[in-house]
Amino acid sequence: MAKLRTRSKSTPAGISKCPTGIQGLDEITGGGLPRGRPTLVCGSAGCGKTLLAMEFLVRGATRFDEPGVFMFFEETESELAANVRSLGFELPELVRRKRIVLDHVRIERSEIEETGEYDLEGLFVRLEHAIDSIGAKRVVLDTLEALFAGLPSEAVLRAELRRLFHWLKEKGVTAVITAERGREHLTRHGLEEYVSDCVIVLDHRVHERLATRHLRVVKYRGGMHGTNEYPFLIGDDGISVLPITSLKNDHKASSERISSGIPRLDAMLGGKGYFRGSTILLSGPPGSGKTSLAAHFAQAATQRGERALYFAFEESPNQIERDMRSIDLQLAGPVKRGLIRFHPSRPTLYGLEMHLATMFREIKAYRPAVVVVDPITSLVVAGSTSEAQSMVTRLVDFLKTEQITTLFTSLVDDTRSLPQTEIVMSSLMDSWILLKDVESNGERNRVLHVLKSRGMFHSNQVREFLITDSGIDLVDTYLGPTGVLTGAARVAQESLERSNSLRIEQELARRQSALLRKRAAIEQKVAALRSEQESNEDEFRRFDARARDRVRALDVERTKMGQARHADALKGMHAASPSKNGKSR
Amino acid sequence: MKRNPATKRGRAGRKPVIRARVEKFLLRLYVAGTSRRSRDAILRARELCAGELRGQCTLEVIDIYQEPARARAGQIVATPTLVRETPRPVRRLIGTPARSSRLYLALGFASKSAGQ
Repeated sequence: MAKLRTRSKSTPAGISKCPTGIQGLDEITGGGLPRGRPTLVCGSAGCGKTLLAMEFLVRGATRFDEPGVFMFFEETESELAANVRSLGFELPELVRRKRIVLDHVRIERSEIEETGEYDLEGLFVRLEHAIDSIGAKRVVLDTLEALFAGLPSEAVLRAELRRLFHWLKEKGVTAVITAERGREHLTRHGLEEYVSDCVIVLDHRVHERLATRHLRVVKYRGGMHGTNEYPFLIGDDGISVLPITSLKNDHKASSERISSGIPRLDAMLGGKGYFRGSTILLSGPPGSGKTSLAAHFAQAATQRGERALYFAFEESPNQIERDMRSIDLQLAGPVKRGLIRFHPSRPTLYGLEMHLATMFREIKAYRPAVVVVDPITSLVVAGSTSEAQSMVTRLVDFLKTEQITTLFTSLVDDTRSLPQTEIVMSSLMDSWILLKDVESNGERNRVLHVLKSRGMFHSNQVREFLITDSGIDLVDTYLGPTGVLTGAARVAQESLERSNSLRIEQELARRQSALLRKRAAIEQKVAALRSEQESNEDEFRRFDARARDRVRALDVERTKMGQARHADALKGMHAASPSKNGKSR
Repeated sequence: MKRNPATKRGRAGRKPVIRARVEKFLLRLYVAGTSRRSRDAILRARELCAGELRGQCTLEVIDIYQEPARARAGQIVATPTLVRETPRPVRRLIGTPARSSRLYLALGFASKSAGQ
């Protein structure tokens, strides 16, 4: 006792905390329940008091090496074991290993008669015996108020309960006491009067036909705690509470890029695709190819060897697999290899909070690199705008903290006037890709454009995309007088361009041959001129030869004539000036 | 098992013989320590066995401080508790068993001398 007292005295202003191991509850309470003190958990029937208390004990025994005593007043031991087995708690095993002691306090009002003054020493002894037998650090008293129904003399009981809480504190165990919610007070018998350190209220409300469980820390003496009402859920592996505001906005931003699954879309996104850990909103009207794009994205992740988690809120996994097979996207293989996990659920199955909680759990359990939420809008319409915004914010925050790249698809009926939810969500999204139906010339075609993509140069083009037998493909852009040409108009434009180019080619060929012809003609002319020149030259040569012959002949004649006249004129004179000779003649 | 329990029964079977005749009371008194309240309760129970229930009563006094496991086994919450184990059904009398008509009623016999 003395030792315990000094310990409680030595605890300074900050209270030592005892982690519950319950997802989210330790975040709200800043580390757990006040150590060595009793905590009151109250709520109406069926809101999860016993499970919360039991999880506190089981986690303590298995994770924090703090054995515990579970003293319960209502159910039997086998009922209790069966009830918590659904959460994966194997009580008999824990009892066998001396990690937990179960003590069922059975009070049968019909057997009991008050004959005089009494105290609750019996309960104290049982509790102490149980605590000491395994060195328990945690104690749960499940619905202590059953004592009020079972034992006479409320005044005695109250005095004894006061003593009990005091005793628990002295004993230094961290205790959880559950109690029924009362009409005027927190608890039916005003137990909150005795437990002044920590009070948690559980609640199970139905809003628009959807039931959601809520948890609120009403009181936490000497400690900071979240004061809001937090939704929580009871799943396969215990309780998880969702802190709404305790998540911080300080996640780190990766500069790694990952593929969208469509090479030409990557090209539009600065050539490399999305940022890892970013959020992508893919909005479009029905039938615009959102699921196909999302499936491409998921499959691209599996090709990198990463895991993808696909929350399907409208189609069954089987249907998605079948539909994607038609565009040659084989999802069955990755699913079998555990690289894609589908999580189908109906939006109306439960409230937004419950969906969110389920998604958190799935993500935590599966640890995917990418997540697809298809479509987010069907969830959003389940709640009000502010609820939706809060939910998406928390989801996005969580995903970013976990560095998970997420693609949300969003169903919009008219992309010209975006609904309010879309605007609300878009500010949380890093990339926003808009799919549209373009109706022109009597047909509908799909186009896509990147509305925004933070932190990268992205294409501003509006691109038509085709869903083909071999997946999605973006095709070249054709601009007509009215904008982007799609479908048949694009095909027409393509053929027009083809015929244009053909005409040009033909013209070119024609001109080329004309040129060739001209050259041939000119070359012919040149040849003719050249031959004319040649004949001229020939003529000249003939004339020249004749002229020389004549000169020679004249010379011979003159010599002959001189000989005939006996002229002894100097041969040299004749030779020097035949012309003179000629003149002289 | 051999079929000669006659002698054994004869040796150990004093109780069954009596029980067959008169309904035998088996009373267990659970007390916590030697407080005044405990001592008072023990005293009253012994008086009861020596008085009204003389010859048809077995009283067992259990100090749950000494035998805490028996508190659990006996489903004891309050002390002192006087449990009438037999005759059935079980009755639990919480508080000091003061001799009163209420006590006699609870134990299931009419008071022969309520004035004592």
